Amino acid sequence: MNMSPETIAQYKGVYVFAQQVDNEVSGIAYELLGKARELAEPLKTDVTAVLIGSGVKDLADKLAEYGADKVIVVDDPELKDYRTEPYAHALASVINEYKPEIMLVGATAIGRDLGPTVSARVATGLTADCTVLDIGDFPLQPIPGKENEQLHNQLLMTRPAFGGNTIATIACPYNRPQMATVRPGVMQKIEPKKGAKAEVIEYNPGFTKNNRYVEIKEVVKAVSDIKDIMDAKILVSGGRGVGSPENFKILEDLAAAIGGQVSCSRAVVDSGWKPKEMQVGQTGKTVRPNVYFAIGISGAIQHVAGMEESDIIIAINKDEDAPIFDVADFGIVGDLNKIVPKLTEEVKAAIAAK
Amino acid sequence: MKVVVCIKQVPDTKGGVKFNPDGTLDRGAMLAIMNPDDKAGLEAALRLKDQYGAEVTVLTMGLPKASDVLREALAMGADKAVLVTDRVLGGADTWATSTTLAGALRNLEYDLIITGRQAIDGDTAQVGPQIAEHLGIPVISYAQEIKVDKDKVTVKRQYDDRYHMVEVKMPCLITALSELNDPRYMTPGGIFDACKADITTWGRADLKDVEDGNLGLMGSPTKIAKASDKVRKGAGEKVVPDSPEDAVSYIVGKLKEKHVI
Repeated sequence: MNMSPETIAQYKGVYVFAQQVDNEVSGIAYELLGKARELAEPLKTDVTAVLIGSGVKDLADKLAEYGADKVIVVDDPELKDYRTEPYAHALASVINEYKPEIMLVGATAIGRDLGPTVSARVATGLTADCTVLDIGDFPLQPIPGKENEQLHNQLLMTRPAFGGNTIATIACPYNRPQMATVRPGVMQKIEPKKGAKAEVIEYNPGFTKNNRYVEIKEVVKAVSDIKDIMDAKILVSGGRGVGSPENFKILEDLAAAIGGQVSCSRAVVDSGWKPKEMQVGQTGKTVRPNVYFAIGISGAIQHVAGMEESDIIIAINKDEDAPIFDVADFGIVGDLNKIVPKLTEEVKAAIAAK
Repeated sequence: MKVVVCIKQVPDTKGGVKFNPDGTLDRGAMLAIMNPDDKAGLEAALRLKDQYGAEVTVLTMGLPKASDVLREALAMGADKAVLVTDRVLGGADTWATSTTLAGALRNLEYDLIITGRQAIDGDTAQVGPQIAEHLGIPVISYAQEIKVDKDKVTVKRQYDDRYHMVEVKMPCLITALSELNDPRYMTPGGIFDACKADITTWGRADLKDVEDGNLGLMGSPTKIAKASDKVRKGAGEKVVPDSPEDAVSYIVGKLKEKHVI
């Protein structure tokens, strides 16, 4: 399994899979570029975005603005909609040709399929759903008497496991590239540099249909005018405690008054009260707004995993022992039906008085 | 038609999490259940058995006690069960695990392989696609619906903002989402038969076309540098106001203090 140190030394640069859907770059691609810039610094190397699709070359400038020094474009009609096989072939071919030391992929419904397929194809390790990435030593502390065996400049990948109960830091010391998928909403994009240009490299490994090419019979997009909760500065989030889909009205009123958006817990989605795209948590979205109201949300660990990085967490719950109070900055034990409508009025009054 | 379902015995995360001194999981110290996504995959296979008389084999890798989930699967209606267990396979990451399972699958006949999307202990969602890669068959992940028509399978494949209806010729591998179905319960007769059923047990020597260097802890490219219980940021203030008015003035006060309003 292990590569020789000589082979490992050939792998250089921090690479990012620049996910696009319908020829629009996904937010996660910019977030990964932001992180890649940080990682590239101690490694004294550059950042490359790998852009895969059909008719996507024009997107390279955007990637440059968000931090890509180089953009490798694999453009082919076979790559129009995401399918595991042509995309895995494209990315694995880029890896074999250009030999990156780090390859970051978004932990999206695309990346969590592409990542494992590619890692198996190029025979390296992959750490899933990372929330922290650093450059450091492996092992973290030198082993006495074997100080010279400690490896430096390794990618240290930290991820939650067991539904957020534990965290582990993983390294991939003897294989390259060091691959990680990263949860959307966790890494920070850089302030885009208008007019920045990247070196654009066009590369096509050739696509020959085989048994692994599936056929897409139909593409059904979710019709929705809901704004992405991951972009919200203030989230008013409701759980099963809200009681009914109709009663979400009081949360919507508060959100409108304070300039926020409504999100929800998994229980609410499972009950069919709200669509999945509004769900915060491990099986939903990771959010980090300035203010997160958790209203009638008990605070299961899977929910907390998706919102604990919020700057200010305000929880309202009638159950004094609800675990949400363990992560809330400000916890209020009380009846949401009485508190929330009054809060909306007071917030309106306070804003009007300014 | 032959279907193999890969299932995993996982610690019930509600029961708390324990580690060995080397940072790997102490699975022996936790309650064990069949992984939920895998159970949905098994149910999907059993529906193919109901509909088309498919033969359903369940396969797992783990400690000898992982045979418990195989017996549960047999009691639900699976026809055959295979346990892959060997000391040299311990400590495997997803690469080594998928290599192992692929080595076992090469000994089995299949038209369709179903795995869960991800297990609740590792949450990686990697083993299914990696098995498919090792076997050189197509993978369709995140299945919300599975339909079989002769030698083809059609899958409703979930994405973040859409779904694709995807068709492929078997053999192929599908990873199942929990929302695929509601798994059936074990039947009393099934439980009775499952207790007596033979479980095929394979060790390292029974794996086909795999190298020792790709197995177990040594064959795992990812290495744990550190593992720990998560350190949370901790609770802030908690108040029990006397009235809704007090609650509101408390919240508004904090929002003003933090310059939110």
